[in-house]
Amino acid sequence: MPVLDLMSGFIAELRNAGLPVSLTENLDAMEAVKVIPIEDREAFKYALGATLVKNNAHWRVFETIFEVYFSLRGPEYAITKDGQPDDFWREMQEQMDQVKGQGEGKGSGGGMDSLTPEEITAMLMRALMSGDQAMMRALAKQSVQRFAGMEPGRPVGGTYYLYRTLRNLDLDNMLQKLIDANREMSKQELTSLEERLEKDEFESRIEQFKQEIESEIRRRLVADRGAEAMAKTLRKPLPEDVEFMHASRDEMQSLKKALYPLTRKLAARLARKRRHGRKGPLDFRNTVRHSLSYGGVPADPKFRYPRPAKPELMVVADISGSVAAFARFTLMFVYAIQNQFSKVRSFVFIDGIDEVTKYFKSTEDIGEAINRVNTEADVVWVDGHSDYGHAFEVFWERYGKDITSKTTVLLLGDARNNYHAAQSWVVKEMAKRARHVYWLNPEPKSYWNTGDSIVGEYGAHTDGVFECRNLRQLEGFVENLT
Amino acid sequence: MKPRFNDVATVRSGLKNVNYLADDGIAGVVYLADRLGKPVLIEGPAGTGKTQLAKSVAELTGARLIRLQCYEGLDESKALYEWNYKKQLLRIQADKNSDSWSEVHDDIFSKEFLLTRPLLEAITSEDPVVLLIDEVDRVELETEALLLEILSEYQVSIPELGTITAKQIPLVFLTSNNTRELSEALKRRCLYLHVDYPDLEREKEIVLNKVPDISENLADQIARIVRSIRQLDLKKPPSVSETLDWARTLMLLGIETIDADEAKETLHILLKYQTDIAKAAKELSVTK
Ligand SMILES: Nc1ncnc2c1ncn2[C@@H]1O[C@H](COP(=O)(O)OP(=O)(O)OP(=O)(O)O)[C@@H](O)[C@H]1O
Ligand SMILES: [Mg+2]
Repeated sequence: MPVLDLMSGFIAELRNAGLPVSLTENLDAMEAVKVIPIEDREAFKYALGATLVKNNAHWRVFETIFEVYFSLRGPEYAITKDGQPDDFWREMQEQMDQVKGQGEGKGSGGGMDSLTPEEITAMLMRALMSGDQAMMRALAKQSVQRFAGMEPGRPVGGTYYLYRTLRNLDLDNMLQKLIDANREMSKQELTSLEERLEKDEFESRIEQFKQEIESEIRRRLVADRGAEAMAKTLRKPLPEDVEFMHASRDEMQSLKKALYPLTRKLAARLARKRRHGRKGPLDFRNTVRHSLSYGGVPADPKFRYPRPAKPELMVVADISGSVAAFARFTLMFVYAIQNQFSKVRSFVFIDGIDEVTKYFKSTEDIGEAINRVNTEADVVWVDGHSDYGHAFEVFWERYGKDITSKTTVLLLGDARNNYHAAQSWVVKEMAKRARHVYWLNPEPKSYWNTGDSIVGEYGAHTDGVFECRNLRQLEGFVENLT
Repeated sequence: MKPRFNDVATVRSGLKNVNYLADDGIAGVVYLADRLGKPVLIEGPAGTGKTQLAKSVAELTGARLIRLQCYEGLDESKALYEWNYKKQLLRIQADKNSDSWSEVHDDIFSKEFLLTRPLLEAITSEDPVVLLIDEVDRVELETEALLLEILSEYQVSIPELGTITAKQIPLVFLTSNNTRELSEALKRRCLYLHVDYPDLEREKEIVLNKVPDISENLADQIARIVRSIRQLDLKKPPSVSETLDWARTLMLLGIETIDADEAKETLHILLKYQTDIAKAAKELSVTK
């Protein structure tokens, strides 16, 4: 299919995945493909990316879709039955036989069936050992053909085929085998540093090989099912749409990266609110510059903006089981926020409450901070099931007096109170003293105030309750603070 | 206007000739910027060659580099143009009695009284230029608006004087360390390039190119160690500039092959935080 025809489906899929592709950007992409030939694959990919993806967090989603729409196509990628080699496979076979012949000193011959899985694994090991890229690619193709068990029209996902292929190659043990072989082969004893570097190199080659296999599987699935259907199967949320409550480890990692800019923005927003309506000192240069329109009379004095004062923040977060994944995110958020505000105090609770500011201040290692919060903070009072009422009461008793008219209070949690007493008067008192009180709830709005959720009762006293299931919503909250 | 480059490969090899090691992505976007006449917004971690790319493209194309260094508080009078008000005041004073005000007004708002700042200079230049707007994320969101006209139309409107349009479309690079989100309006006008840490091969090439007399073997080892260190969960992973600093230090110390102790003793050149240094030191001496 000509490139221009592929483009409309490709861009539609980017939009389906949530990428904000504007009309201008769409047009730019159409121009781009006219000047960079598709054969120049890497450059072509980056050129498309340069016009369509303006946020690096979206790059992975873009890459996947790119691969589906612009993957190498042709009859050689059709899924054929085992033992029915087409031309492509015959060629590959010859290549393999050659390599095999050189390596083992055996005569060539026999069909593809003559290669046992053990032999393929041995060849793979040799290729990984020497970093032979061409051989690794050839073996990836061969392995998928032999081991994935792909059949046309079969409705299983790529991960199943990947799993089958990798298992047959015994790839889990490959790293150790490579390390051992390397140790045996080297003439002198390797230093620990050398071993370490070799290991990293092997790991990177194995990773590369895995990606080859994944691409190969994907190409075949695309050939079988068509790009559109395949893209749909592979569709993953953008980092900003990942639900905090259900985020995987990997996804958490990418969320973490997005947090720093967001907290900067939050700091800027909270600071800006304060400078409204105030005027700073006279801006002399600016006044004179404008005076020239009045023949040199400073008729229109200009003022500098005052330096915004740094806002103070108190974060009070539920870290109970019902919001476990959210809590992990919350703690990362608190950690990132610490850099942006001169005064941040953080508190975590389950049925008891504890201040955890010092854990975040005393270390530069976020993992360590979160670990200390989880192990050292005193948040269990009776049974370790959420009791907002009691936690709030204790908060008020111990820290209530520290809230001033400069303080913004952020309450984070699902307000699932296990039918305990609400003690919502605490929130009311907070709101009286504080500059603002906001509640961020990680649950979908439709669940609020159902079962033991009493977010409405608390929320009535705040400046607003906001659904905060993902980064996009958190950003929206920050954005709307002006 | 005649394109500056024939194809992506020319960009890549040309950059290599001026000692900048690009990958296909970087070269592809530079090529595209020339063909489409669009500015390039470069983002990425500190010290990965964002600023250097603009400089090297200038060198490669034989253009003059005009640089606008951004900072908090940068305004129109520093970025675009400013009226030379001292000179204007003198002119007003000198002619107090003779000319009518409207004449004086027209006169003092002519090019003679205009102080050109980098952006205006870039579009009024007769000779070829590369415009570098460095660290654009440092200016306030509101100030970004100053850039929009020049980035999309290559022109500057001066209320008292009219619109000044570029004689030629310069190559424009903006860099950002992503300390804040740039406006959608700005991003829409630019091609986007994310420059990340280079892969092993490219980093080794950079070291070989930038550090005189270094051996292939040492460059290779350096690139490997840096790669391993970057895989750790660090507060600030080593940048390319730090790799280069480290390579130069090892050369000064006359080291030909790095062992674990030497690596550990010089880690502070590669890493800036004590916690990171400790983590890396531990990691390098243990085989797992
Ligand atoms: N691809 C490359 N080829 C050659 N030199 C490079 C390359 N990448 C980085 N360098 C070198 O690394 C150093 C840092 O580069 P540069 O100052 O351009 O980084 P930067 O991304 O602009 O950093 P910052 O975000 O801190 O401004 C320079 O000495 C530059 O020459
Ligand atoms: Mg720079």
